[in-house]
Amino acid sequence: MRTAIVDRTIEVTALLNEVAGNHNGATLAFIGTVRDVNDGRAVTGMEYTAYRGMAERELATIAREAVESFGTNDIIVEHRLGMLELREASVAIVVAHPHRGAAYDASRYVIEQLKKRVPIWKLEHYVDGTREWVDPTGSGSSAVSGAREPIAASRSGGNAQ
Amino acid sequence: MTVTVLLFASYADALGTDSIALDLPVGVTAGDVVAHVQQLPGAGRLPKHPLVAVNERYVKRDRVIATGDQVAIIPPVAGG
Repeated sequence: MRTAIVDRTIEVTALLNEVAGNHNGATLAFIGTVRDVNDGRAVTGMEYTAYRGMAERELATIAREAVESFGTNDIIVEHRLGMLELREASVAIVVAHPHRGAAYDASRYVIEQLKKRVPIWKLEHYVDGTREWVDPTGSGSSAVSGAREPIAASRSGGNAQ
Repeated sequence: MTVTVLLFASYADALGTDSIALDLPVGVTAGDVVAHVQQLPGAGRLPKHPLVAVNERYVKRDRVIATGDQVAIIPPVAGG
């Protein structure tokens, strides 16, 4: 089992090689990619940020749960951060297992839990030049407006995003 | 005691910063910290009960905050 938050292209073939084993009869790769339309708006790219330390911890916890629940240690999850163009992979979940049923179940478990628990956010960039934070809960507008205004509170730098 | 609160994504944009240092009395809870942040300019876009993490783990609102804890207010996550 291995999980990682990365700032580079996800090399799916390398991940498939990493889980290969004589005992495995089924290997699955789920790849999440940036698509060109969301909620009817034309998208040009997606910018991913995270609470990095917590995202790494939570991703590892989810993969460990899948290892324990579905009976394979051959699970690799990589999630990418930064600015991604259309078709680029934002996440890859590679699972190998002696049997296909458990491999599908494990893969599905990881992506669904990731979407609920891992503190990662995406800022959609649209054709018209505007940007908006994606909110799967649909609560309120999160459009990005003008420059940030300072507030009366001290700041501590180095916040990993 | 000083409590550091991290903000991310839409919440950081709303408040204009990604980190706030608050001077709060000993014994405050995660819910109290959120309530203080909600008084700041721009915080009107935060929901009443946002997700909160302490030291990189999700906590409930009644979690008591200790000196040195890192509190994070977590917007709706959108990975994948």
